[in-house]
Amino acid sequence: MSDRTGGQKDSQAVLPAAAATAFRLSPVIIWLGIVSMMTDISSESVAAVLPLYVTGFLGLSTIAFGIIDGINQGASAIVRIAAGWVSDRTGQPKRVAVAGYGLSMLARIGFLFAGGFWAIAGIVTGDRIGKGIRTAPRDALISEAAQPEHLARSFGVHRMLDSIGAATGPLLAFLVLVLIPNGFSTVFIVSLAFSVIGVTVLVLMVPGRSHGRVSQEAAAPRPRFRWSQLRWATLKKHGLARLLVTAGLLGLLTIGDGFIYLILQDRGSFAVQWFPLLYVGTNVVFLLFAIPLGKLADRWGRIPVFLGGHLALLACYILAVLPLAGLGATLGCLVLLGVFYAATDGVLAAMVSRLTTGENLATALGTAQTVVALSRMAAAAGFGVLWFVLGPVTAMLWVAGLLAAALTVGTVLLGGARHWRAAP
Amino acid sequence: MSRGKGSRGNGSQGKEQQPAQLKLKPAANGSVATLPMPDTVPPDASESTLFPDSGVRRRWLALLAIVALVLAGAAVYGVSAFQTAKTSQEAASPVDLSTAETLPAAPFVMFRNTAPGQGFGQAATVLLADPQGQRALSGHTCDRVYAASNLVSCLTTRNEIPTKFTATVYNTSLDAVESWDLGGIPSRTRISADGSLLASTVFVSGHSYATAGFSTETIIRGRDGTVHGNLEEFALISGGTQIKAADRNIWGVTFVPGQPDAFYATASSQGKIWLVQGSLKDKTLTVAAAGIECPSVSPDGTRIAYKKSVSGTLVGHRNIAVLDIASGTETVLGEQRDIDDQLEWLDATTVVYGVPRDETGQDSDIWSLAIDPASQPSLFIEHAWSPAVVRQ
Repeated sequence: MSDRTGGQKDSQAVLPAAAATAFRLSPVIIWLGIVSMMTDISSESVAAVLPLYVTGFLGLSTIAFGIIDGINQGASAIVRIAAGWVSDRTGQPKRVAVAGYGLSMLARIGFLFAGGFWAIAGIVTGDRIGKGIRTAPRDALISEAAQPEHLARSFGVHRMLDSIGAATGPLLAFLVLVLIPNGFSTVFIVSLAFSVIGVTVLVLMVPGRSHGRVSQEAAAPRPRFRWSQLRWATLKKHGLARLLVTAGLLGLLTIGDGFIYLILQDRGSFAVQWFPLLYVGTNVVFLLFAIPLGKLADRWGRIPVFLGGHLALLACYILAVLPLAGLGATLGCLVLLGVFYAATDGVLAAMVSRLTTGENLATALGTAQTVVALSRMAAAAGFGVLWFVLGPVTAMLWVAGLLAAALTVGTVLLGGARHWRAAP
Repeated sequence: MSRGKGSRGNGSQGKEQQPAQLKLKPAANGSVATLPMPDTVPPDASESTLFPDSGVRRRWLALLAIVALVLAGAAVYGVSAFQTAKTSQEAASPVDLSTAETLPAAPFVMFRNTAPGQGFGQAATVLLADPQGQRALSGHTCDRVYAASNLVSCLTTRNEIPTKFTATVYNTSLDAVESWDLGGIPSRTRISADGSLLASTVFVSGHSYATAGFSTETIIRGRDGTVHGNLEEFALISGGTQIKAADRNIWGVTFVPGQPDAFYATASSQGKIWLVQGSLKDKTLTVAAAGIECPSVSPDGTRIAYKKSVSGTLVGHRNIAVLDIASGTETVLGEQRDIDDQLEWLDATTVVYGVPRDETGQDSDIWSLAIDPASQPSLFIEHAWSPAVVRQ
């Protein structure tokens, strides 16, 4: 947080390269950050109590619910490309984002009336699709509002605000349940309230039609979107393909926080009941490092920070299986995971933005998100099998080894793209 | 599109380096006004007319009004829910209650008292001879409860930050003798007839929107302290080959009377449901039949009562059915409602089970049903859930 006021001076004193343009944070990014914060409070508060609520309602059908939810996540991942494409085609990223946030808001209302298996499954599906819709146009809006020299830092500001929401939501929900036993409806009402605030901020405070206005100002008319632009050839431009391949490769070896904590718990590092708080802790680390690492990415180049983030993940894998289980290993992994997210999430969006022309921006952002989401889902599924076949420790060592190899490949793949350097 | 101007699209927020929103309502903005707006004004602020000054004012007023409104609405709802919950907890119970010091000496039924008001959620007992009579509260809150003659297994959800789940064993005097953390939300618990083995099933969730899926975790523990382990780690064998799919779920253990090594349970993988016969010694689960869920072995060990999914999958209406182990004959009983409880045997020819009383999921009744297909269910204990019949 303190970074915001001090940042300007810093970049001028220490950074001759970036000093050409002093860092000025666009209010649009703050407002989008607040939208995400409110929405994350909303969605993560429900997510924290959803298992309790669902099992209370559905009993053993919960297992089937879990299977549907897995399919939903895949659908949500794919929707991102489509939403990005619509956003680019219409030149109205804000409207698409409003549709996404609005759909999740409607799902919150649905929770108040839901009973029965299909109602709950439908509502959770709506929420996830809404999440899929909103991400790419939102990142496009951030990218357009940010100074190119400070792109990663701008995304860092947004991700910090986002993570504040993600860390607050579960705590808020648990607090409600402490005060009101079976107070699920209160959690849903509180969640709806934050969701409404998020949508309101987006509608009222974030200006729309920026795309259209830009193209009017530009000398050349904006080319119309054509189906052909969705093709791989378009994505291949400017090394975007290499970035997506690298992100996908690394994503395939990102097994997810759940498995890491499960291994630590399996090794007796902490009691199983602290599980939910580990996610909160990871988000706290994420929010603390989001801006500093974004700044670092703008200064040193985004590739080293992006790859360095995966080194943190690799260190976490190794730490999790080292024979020094205990609270230290758990906390160390928590910090490393937070750093990993801070160094990769916003930074990837910044890299994709830099490699894309304006009329394909949201599509490219959506594609990158889809690649990451699907590859991580595949990683989780694959690791589940490895866990069973090889045992947790051996499986983790394999993944760690493969991640080290993938990082080498990624370094080679990305090393050729010199124009990715942040500095002009 | 050119990327030269960093802050297009937001220049409308203010004019001439002076953020309009700050001069508008410095007092009323509260915390919102502390955002570092002066630092964030774009250099090309004056070029835009998207949000003219009066528009900015209106937007701020609308934003503050909506934020105040929804927060106030949520707060009112929360306070009202808090008071309703409090009133409900302190209200007199609609059933006749007493306080138990020990487990009854005579045959009894232990269950979760779901009558609203005082004592809601507590494990309670009634005498088997008078199931509708006065119920004795144990003083312990349990989501799922089971009992043998000298022992109670109680699975609880504790509302803390974060929510925690605990299994506790109580002795005849209803004092806690052992307690351990559970990895998820209580679903089933059983004790073997001789009190030597305890089984518990919980739902483990991904804990986060980032991780999908629910799975069950079923653990059998000996009263002597032995942990026989997580049944997901037992070898699941079907027709001589081992099923290694990662999505295996095991739940609903029932112990076989007089056979300390043997139990039955439900196994599921790839949408299929099986009855499995387990061996603690060999650490194996062998598929015995398909489509049988939440088995319950009769006191004489000759029959298994269970839930039968009409669709054969994990989603769908569940009937009650009984399998004669020797002949393999299945009898579907005359209960029309959807059942989601592990059946319990009242005697050699009658089963009891919980059915939700209303849509809230808070209150339920225990019904009894003879295993004759012509028989109709009858109300056994009102405002109750999770029955355990202790015949001594």
